[in-house]
Amino acid sequence: MTVFYRRMPKMDYMRPDSLDQILDLLAEGETGQYKMYAGGTDIIPKIKKRIINHPQILVDLKGLKALDYIEYDEKSGLRIGALTTVRSVAHSLVIKEKFPILSQAADSIASIQIRNRATIAGNICNAVPSADSAPALLVLNAELTCISRDGERKILINEFFHSPGKTILAPHEVLKEIQIPVPDKNMRGLYLKLSPRSRMDLAVVGVAVLGTVKAGMFKDVRIGLGAVGPVPFRAKNAETLLKDFKIDDKIVNDAARTAASESRPIDDHRASGEYRRMMVEVLVRRGLKDIIS
Amino acid sequence: MEKKRIRFTINGRECELEIKPWQTLLEVLRDDLKLTGTKEGCGEGECGSCTVIMGGRTVNSCLVPAMEADNNEVLTIEGLSLGNKLHPIQEAFVEHSGMQCGFCTPGMIMSAKVLLDEKPDPSHEEIREAISGNLCRCTGYTKIFESISAASQAMKGRK
Repeated sequence: MTVFYRRMPKMDYMRPDSLDQILDLLAEGETGQYKMYAGGTDIIPKIKKRIINHPQILVDLKGLKALDYIEYDEKSGLRIGALTTVRSVAHSLVIKEKFPILSQAADSIASIQIRNRATIAGNICNAVPSADSAPALLVLNAELTCISRDGERKILINEFFHSPGKTILAPHEVLKEIQIPVPDKNMRGLYLKLSPRSRMDLAVVGVAVLGTVKAGMFKDVRIGLGAVGPVPFRAKNAETLLKDFKIDDKIVNDAARTAASESRPIDDHRASGEYRRMMVEVLVRRGLKDIIS
Repeated sequence: MEKKRIRFTINGRECELEIKPWQTLLEVLRDDLKLTGTKEGCGEGECGSCTVIMGGRTVNSCLVPAMEADNNEVLTIEGLSLGNKLHPIQEAFVEHSGMQCGFCTPGMIMSAKVLLDEKPDPSHEEIREAISGNLCRCTGYTKIFESISAASQAMKGRK
C-alpha cells in the first residue's frame, strides 16, 4: 500500500553563519548526520515523501550571506555565489544584458514562489536531467568552484554531472561559486524549453543554442541538451559538424539530426523517448535558425 | 527532541513561540497560531495554496522550515484586512467572484498583493505570470484575472 506522508520526520535544524563551520560539519559528520540545503524546494519534498533518508540535523546554508552575490567583470567574467536565488539570476540586469540565455533559463523554472527560494547552484547540484539552468550553463562553459576541508577545486560543468540526481561532488564537498567566462560579443543564443504547460512544469526537452556566425559561416556553435539523457550534456558531434561550415539549410538540418541522434532519452509519463528525440531535432533547428537570422 | 524558540513578526505583530524544529512554516501558522486562512494543498510546492509573504516575497510555506521565520516578517491572508475592512484585493475577489470553492484564494491573493505592490498597473500578461504558481481547479482563472485587474484599478483610485 502506498503511504502518503505530509509531515517532515523528526530532525533538528541549524543555521551556521560561516563557511568554515559548514566544512567542519561536512568533514567530521557521520553519514546521515547532516544534510545541507539552500532553497529547500527540492529537498524538503523529498524528505517529506521519504525519498531520501532524513538527516539528524538539517543544515540551512542561508546563514552564509556572503555567498549571495552576482558579480561581473569585463576581464574575468561572471561570478554567481552559491546562495544566489534563481530569482536574482533571472532579474539581474547584467545577466540579462551579457548572458540572456541564462536569465531565460532561470526564468523558465517552476513558479515565482519557487524561484524566490531556489538557488541556481542547487538546481545543478540536484543534477536532475531536466534542470533548466544546466543546458544554458553548459553552452556558457561555466566553471564550478567546489570547496572542502581539503581545499578548493574547479570543475567544468560538462564534467560535473555523474548520473541522474548525482554529481561528482565528494560527500564532504560543497559548491561555492559558478563562474562564466566573458563570451564573444557577437555570440547569440537562446534556451528553448518544451513542456506541456508554459509555467510550473518540467522540461520534456530543454535545448540551449549559443554561437557566433561570421561571413556566412558557422563559427563557435554550442548546443546544450537537457532531459534527453541521464545527465544534461553538449551535442558535441553536431557542434563539430557546424564548425567553420558555410551556412545553408542542409547543414542546419544535418546538425539538428545529429544532435537528435546524440540524445539518449527515456520513456516516461511526460513523453516517450521517440518523441523527445524528434523534438531535439526540431528545437535545435529552431535554435540554429534563430542565431543565423 | 527539544523545542526551539523563535521570534518573528506575523501580520505586523511581534510573536515568540516554541516550535518543533522539523515543523514547516505552514504547520506553525495553522496549528500553533491557528491562522487557518493559509491552506495546505499538495504539500510539495506545486499548487501555491499555502503561499504567504515572507521577507517581502511570496513563498510556499509548506516548503519553508519554520525555523527560518526566526527574525523574519511573515504576512498571511489574515493580515490584509484592517479590522472589519477588507483589503481592496479581497473586495475585488468578492465583487468579481474571483473564487468558487475558495481553497486557492488566500494564496492567489497573496501572490496578487506582491504583484500590485511592485506593479500597480499590471498588464493582463503580468497578472497571468504573477499567479502562474497558484493552481485553481474551479474558476478557469478568468474571474481571478478580472478580480486582480479590478483591484489594481481600485487601489490606484485610493492613492
